[in-house]
Amino acid sequence: MIQQAKLIFWRFGAQLIAFAVFLLIYFIGGRLYPDMQKAQVFFNFFINDASLLLVSIGMTLVILTGGIDLSVGGVIALISTASAALLRSGVSPYIVLPLMIVMGIALGTLMGWIIQVLKVQPFIATLMGLYLARGLAYIISLTSVTIKDKFYMKLALTPIYIPFIPKAYVYPTTLVGPIMLLVAIYLLFFTRFGRTVYAIGSNEQSALLMGLPVRRTKILVYAFSGLCSALGGIVFSISLLAGYGQFATGMELDSIASVVIGGTALTGGVGNVIGTLFGVLIHSTIVSILQFNGTLSSWWTRIGVGVLTLVAIGVQSVVYIRRKRS
Amino acid sequence: MKQKSFLGRFRDSQVFWPLMAWIIILLFDAIVEPSFFKIGIMPDPVYGNHLYGNIIDIFNNGAPLMLVAIGMTLVIATGGVDLSVGAVIAISAAMGAVLINPVLGNTLISNAVSAANKTNTPLPLIVLADLAAGTICGLWNGYLVSRGRIQPMVATLILMVAGRGIAQLITNGQIMTIYYTPYYWFGNGFILGLPVSIYIVTLVLILGWVLVRKTSIGLFIESVGINARSAYYSGINEKNVKLLAYAFCGFCGAIAGLLLSSYVHSADGNNNGLYYELDAILSVVLGGTLMTGGRFSMLASAIGAVVIWTFTVTVYSLGVPANALLAAKAVLVLVVILLYSDYTRRLINRLFERRGSKHDTAS
Repeated sequence: MIQQAKLIFWRFGAQLIAFAVFLLIYFIGGRLYPDMQKAQVFFNFFINDASLLLVSIGMTLVILTGGIDLSVGGVIALISTASAALLRSGVSPYIVLPLMIVMGIALGTLMGWIIQVLKVQPFIATLMGLYLARGLAYIISLTSVTIKDKFYMKLALTPIYIPFIPKAYVYPTTLVGPIMLLVAIYLLFFTRFGRTVYAIGSNEQSALLMGLPVRRTKILVYAFSGLCSALGGIVFSISLLAGYGQFATGMELDSIASVVIGGTALTGGVGNVIGTLFGVLIHSTIVSILQFNGTLSSWWTRIGVGVLTLVAIGVQSVVYIRRKRS
Repeated sequence: MKQKSFLGRFRDSQVFWPLMAWIIILLFDAIVEPSFFKIGIMPDPVYGNHLYGNIIDIFNNGAPLMLVAIGMTLVIATGGVDLSVGAVIAISAAMGAVLINPVLGNTLISNAVSAANKTNTPLPLIVLADLAAGTICGLWNGYLVSRGRIQPMVATLILMVAGRGIAQLITNGQIMTIYYTPYYWFGNGFILGLPVSIYIVTLVLILGWVLVRKTSIGLFIESVGINARSAYYSGINEKNVKLLAYAFCGFCGAIAGLLLSSYVHSADGNNNGLYYELDAILSVVLGGTLMTGGRFSMLASAIGAVVIWTFTVTVYSLGVPANALLAAKAVLVLVVILLYSDYTRRLINRLFERRGSKHDTAS
């Protein structure tokens, strides 16, 4: 029994610590600012960081294979601008939405293909993706484009009330993140695809020698990240009802930091998406504490996230050293 | 064994490929827009007569990127990567701007005082503080990587995220304007008709070359990059080699920050050196240094940076809006990827070898 508990702790240790850190920060915030204890504040985390959660889910899968995706912020900007421009010229949203998703998947697949077939470092290939997506967004429109479509407005402004909790609500777009989280959990833990992702991250050479479909899986992982970024871009453009090339600058950093804080190792093969959820929640808790305080400036978010990343990495290395010894 | 001809040695050297890329871009300019190469003499009441023209601009504006690329080369050669150079640039620029601010140590704060062309800190001290700030950032990165045994990408990510926050902390979140004119000299001054920044880059390049090639440090860096463990077993202090590489990169980033804040007479924690880490890595890759570490050439990386800036100026002179430049840059990266991929390399090498094979059989 104790042996089993120990095993679970070492396996999910980093995730448990991320969860504990989130609870700690949340309770500190609640003690400092009693208004933060309201249920709605907790749901606001999901509303405000909906697109960060989405891109972080895709990022987690990419990082698990030992790669990295720097293009997520750029894809969000491109998707938001492209959909806003298409809607402005009168295209039906029922055509725009699938088109945007296809575009995101296509971009992801292109990057995955370059990485896998041309043998380019993920860093360089996705950097090209970032430049390409942001540049295209600016080519579509140099200024911000507002969205006046009725369907988008409806999605942005209809609250869905949470059952059993009075006066707590989320928006329809908020639900996309948790749904994708469930999809990612299913993919990682219950499918052959997920096993292959972990195998590639642990040792690509052995995965190849074992006859696993390394090439296909790696391209699929980048395509999945592209899908998540596209969904993130759609959610972003719906919540702001606009599209602009400068949206989500630096989101790739926040996303990588969230994934690392959530206990996923950048070397690949270790971690899971549940930790990423807590990483994103920690990010939004820090932001909301700063908002409640009012006098602290926004740059403390960056410093706070940096310090937490350092702590998370420290914890990870301790856990791994322990595991190697035992 | 016959010694290879000069041309053959030149083709094998790392400088060949980036130089070729540069020449191709310049040829394109020569065909599309011959006025690109015009160089004139501009009389200047402050700094005296000096040269002006696109080529001079490329070297002047590209100087910070060249500096960062030189520093990044050493880090990449040890098998690491430094993502924090953009943040280091911002920190160094913020440091300079704050120290110059005449309000510092002045009890009477008014607009006339804060916008006056004077400072309470001597200029050499300001420059030293700038360089120290950057070098400390580099040492922090190096310490995390060498002593903390954290992967370079993660270790430098911490400073990349937190660094811009620190820069804003230093300037208290404001964009600080610099009114002290002697500080402008670094980015806008001229010596013998050429911009000061060119001399600074040359100086750093010579300093780096002496440091790396005239001592055994360069050899150490290459061996650590190729195989850190075997370097350790052959008695190289692999930790200190890495520490040195990161510190040098921070030092170069600090000079770049000094130049950048001097160009625009201000320090902005959010935008100083934005995307510089990405451009610097691109320059190093263009220069033919592998991301996995090993053989490196600082001169080739500097030429890589020049290629990027020549490309930028070319795109501008074609009338493409500044924001769409990113898409053009993506195309550049794609071309580089295709050029450096094994398939294309093999194709080009075969073309060259057919001509070179005669030499080999004759000797």
